[in-house]
Amino acid sequence: MAGWPEGGTNGLRAFLHGLPGVDEVGAQGRAAALGTRSIKTSAKVWAVDMSISMVDLTTLEGMDTVGKVRALCAKALRPDPMDRTCPSVAAVCVYGDLAGVARECVGDAVHVAAVSTAFPSGRASLEVKLLDTAEAVSAGADEIDMVIDRGAFLSGDYTKVFEEIQAVKAACGDAHLKVILETGELQTLDHVRRASWLAMIAGADFIKTSTGKVTTNATPPVTLVMLEAVRDFYEVSGRRIGVKAAGGIRTAKDAVKYLVLVKETAGEEWLTPDLFRFGASTLLNDLLMQRQRLLTGHYSGPNYVTLD
Amino acid sequence: MTFDYAPAPESRAVVDIASHYGLFIGGQFVDAASGDALKTVNPATEEVLAEVSVAGAADVDAAVLAARRAFDEVWGGMPGRDRAKYLYRIARIIQERSRELAVLETLDNGKPIKESRDVDIPLAAAHFFYHAGWADKLGYAGYGSNPKPLGVAGQVIPWNFPLLMLAWKIAPALACGNTVVLKPAETTPLTALAFAEICQQAGLPDGVVNILTGAGETGRLLVEHSGIDKVAFTGSTEVGRQIMRAVAGTSKRLTLELGGKGANIVFDDAPIDQAVEGIVNGIYFNQGHVCCAGSRLLVQETIADTLIASLKRRLGTLRLGDPLDKNTDIGAINSAAQLGRIMDLARSGDDEGAERWTAPCALPDRGWWFPPTVFTGVSQAHRIAREEIFGPVLSVLTFRTPDEAVEKANNTPYGLSAGIWTEKGSRILWMADRLRDGVIWANTFNRFDPTSPFGGYKESGFGREGGVAGLGAYLSAEEGR
Amino acid sequence: MSRVEVRKTYKLFIGGAFPRSESGRSYEVMSAHGDFLANAAKASRKDGRDAVVAARKGHAAWTSATAYNRGQVLYRVAEVMEGRRDQFIEEVATAEGIDRDVAAAQVDAAIDRWVWYAGWADKVAQVLGSSNPVAGPYFNFSIPEPCGVVVAVAPQDSSLLGLVSVVAPIIVTGNAVVVIASSARPLPSITLSEVLATSDVPAGVVNVLTGDAAEIMPWLASHADVDALDLAGVDDVDVAAECERAAAETITRVRRPGTTSDWSADPGMGAIRNFLETKTVWHPMGR
Repeated sequence: MAGWPEGGTNGLRAFLHGLPGVDEVGAQGRAAALGTRSIKTSAKVWAVDMSISMVDLTTLEGMDTVGKVRALCAKALRPDPMDRTCPSVAAVCVYGDLAGVARECVGDAVHVAAVSTAFPSGRASLEVKLLDTAEAVSAGADEIDMVIDRGAFLSGDYTKVFEEIQAVKAACGDAHLKVILETGELQTLDHVRRASWLAMIAGADFIKTSTGKVTTNATPPVTLVMLEAVRDFYEVSGRRIGVKAAGGIRTAKDAVKYLVLVKETAGEEWLTPDLFRFGASTLLNDLLMQRQRLLTGHYSGPNYVTLD
Repeated sequence: MTFDYAPAPESRAVVDIASHYGLFIGGQFVDAASGDALKTVNPATEEVLAEVSVAGAADVDAAVLAARRAFDEVWGGMPGRDRAKYLYRIARIIQERSRELAVLETLDNGKPIKESRDVDIPLAAAHFFYHAGWADKLGYAGYGSNPKPLGVAGQVIPWNFPLLMLAWKIAPALACGNTVVLKPAETTPLTALAFAEICQQAGLPDGVVNILTGAGETGRLLVEHSGIDKVAFTGSTEVGRQIMRAVAGTSKRLTLELGGKGANIVFDDAPIDQAVEGIVNGIYFNQGHVCCAGSRLLVQETIADTLIASLKRRLGTLRLGDPLDKNTDIGAINSAAQLGRIMDLARSGDDEGAERWTAPCALPDRGWWFPPTVFTGVSQAHRIAREEIFGPVLSVLTFRTPDEAVEKANNTPYGLSAGIWTEKGSRILWMADRLRDGVIWANTFNRFDPTSPFGGYKESGFGREGGVAGLGAYLSAEEGR
Repeated sequence: MSRVEVRKTYKLFIGGAFPRSESGRSYEVMSAHGDFLANAAKASRKDGRDAVVAARKGHAAWTSATAYNRGQVLYRVAEVMEGRRDQFIEEVATAEGIDRDVAAAQVDAAIDRWVWYAGWADKVAQVLGSSNPVAGPYFNFSIPEPCGVVVAVAPQDSSLLGLVSVVAPIIVTGNAVVVIASSARPLPSITLSEVLATSDVPAGVVNVLTGDAAEIMPWLASHADVDALDLAGVDDVDVAAECERAAAETITRVRRPGTTSDWSADPGMGAIRNFLETKTVWHPMGR
């Protein structure tokens, strides 16, 4: 779809501004209604296991060390040390300068996602952002989670955002690119829709809600709008783009609600770690405890899951 | 592997259904004088749920007498502050027993449990809360400084929202100081009978509320009874006409809430995904058994094809089946008779040249079911564009301009509801100003609230329920209707 | 041997919690017959300042609740008050030096008044709002909104009914209040606070300071983050005038002391109206 939409900067703006609006109350209502689906027994077992396999197990702290990343990776490979039937997660997600450590620990068993482009703020020159990306990829990251320039987006400089995404995608080489919209800063669902389309037509493999570093991260209505966007993009392009909901998803119950959103919005085809991910850290333990309860019949406790 | 939702049934055990119920007269349950009874059935399974009494002339006499006595001796003169407290108690008990009432409603009516649980029962409680607060403030409602009740109200309600329709009738009547005799629909008596128990639990004085179960004849006897001061009816336009003829020349006050053929109008700048939800909600919520259903989709021609395609995709995710399953979206049709009417009208759609599309879903073997259906290529002259189907059948017409949309929307003897979907605020207000409907939803649909008046223009009836406007039906300050 | 009772401590009520005064002060509360009842906290201007901060937070939560929800919460307050009826009767009787059955009538009236106000929550907008038929193609509507944070001085004599008659109409529409209880008869206000704390009223919606109104009112009257003053319980005309002058600095709205001492009379809508702002919106109607 090179060169689409036509008309350069003005064409891009006209396209994005011409997308249908989102009624916020209606979208919130739809997300809430889907949240009342009752997922029990076999469906719950399936959903918990699928959720585990969709987790990008994350540590993105200033105080991360080699030791911390090693512990995270061990957990990613074998989330439940007492139960080998438990699936491993989809990826570990770390800062670019620790991507090499992560890759050494996990081998090829799970993906290594690195955040780059001056995560989380995105406030740096393009040169710096591209170098950040290239270093992470050569250290062993096979997925890159970039942030868009929200300042440019909110001031209407869509071309700048577009060109940055394209450039980062090129710097990724074979690595697959997730574009973080930072929906908490975009604030309106109209902006979320526009940013989703902008990222997709610029070459994103995944669109991601948040950095997890601001007050409002992933929410059901925001994810709903992003799922509608990937569904609609597939209709016009034939390409399926993935969605990652990151930050603020803490319980298995929440995760299952997101899977319901995926199923009833984009469709069953998106229910795979190749097209849907959870960016989370504490979520995994709650999923594991739910899994244990479903298998053993009694409620589990924090001593039965590991702290990594 | 796919994400199939496992069965998630709500438990029936939370409700106790007796095998036989009497009438509720003067605070007690008594069998009909004649001993007549009818059976009420679960429309999803055709299983008999219970036998209820059929009130005859003698029973209607007794109930009206009990209501009159309660009015004269207890309720009519009771300070509003005290009436309020009884109504608050009732509201609270409905909340406390909400799970049980939701299951009972679903069993008797066929509607999905998530609707009884999330819509019917909470709104019923809210109606009692809201009106409880008016009981001691009627002087502020704009009906004079000391408006008086009318006396005894005879109320007849339909089967589509049994407990909610009961709340819409009883709460304002009692708040204003009237006593009532209410006849629930023939096919859905059980939550009204549970409500009678709730009145007992609340310590409501005997005779303030009386519940007479029965069929059309019981309703006729009640409406025509010379001992009542007010008639309130919600149901079909045909029966509304009969009632209006019956009270002509008497001094009985009357309000009617009848049928509709609501137009859901979608402009090309509508928020499309939410408009699709609004269309689905408009006609498939409650299996389309909604007087204010958006049963006509008026879509701007510029986006008709894409909107219909999105709509059909969305209809593919609707889950039809066991109403007690928490994941069911579309429940059973309330009776074989109603199913027959829906099928007849749908057939007329085929015969008259409209194109039928049905959502793919398996229908259970027992019970009465109709899958969500869309007719495109419909014109104003088709029966399916003019007559109320009262089922999950949407008729799609197109328009080019706002003026044309208004003309088509108004071109019906009905005037209950309309929906407007556009991002343009001025257009919403311009359209709302011109649409001849009592309830207009903009960028939403099927929103109800006890503070918000509901009722129709033209043959959809007269009078309003809810809000300040709704109090007028039960107070003597208003002359005329 | 008769049982030795456990006596209640009476502290301030700020932000949903019961702190002592930051000044560490207290004062003796005597019954109408001169018997020692308890030491009540003596609020300082800093407690007042903290209460305003708490009220601002409480207002944000309370005003974003639906009117229905506010009505439900206020009705719940009445339910819990009813449960403590005997305790209130005891406190009002000893505070005001009246017979038990007179106190009982007051307490019942206070509970019923609370129920009355609970029922207003979802009706004020209908009675006081309007759509206005302006001479042009515009939809124009006026809605009453809560003004925000109100500082109220409770009546000096009527320790429960008067207090309720001042507090309930302020909060029913979504305002938050900092109320300075009757100086001589503060104890029922703290028991009422215990009711509020256990009735789903969001923290900070009601804050109660016991102590000397004349000491802290000048600070609260001139406080830039207070939207309105209710001087109902200010007996002294000079103090009232001083408060009004202090309020002038930030154009804080003032409800002057009323003439009523008959708190059992029908309050009408005046008390509610005093703490509302009317917002009017225009929107064109066109294709």
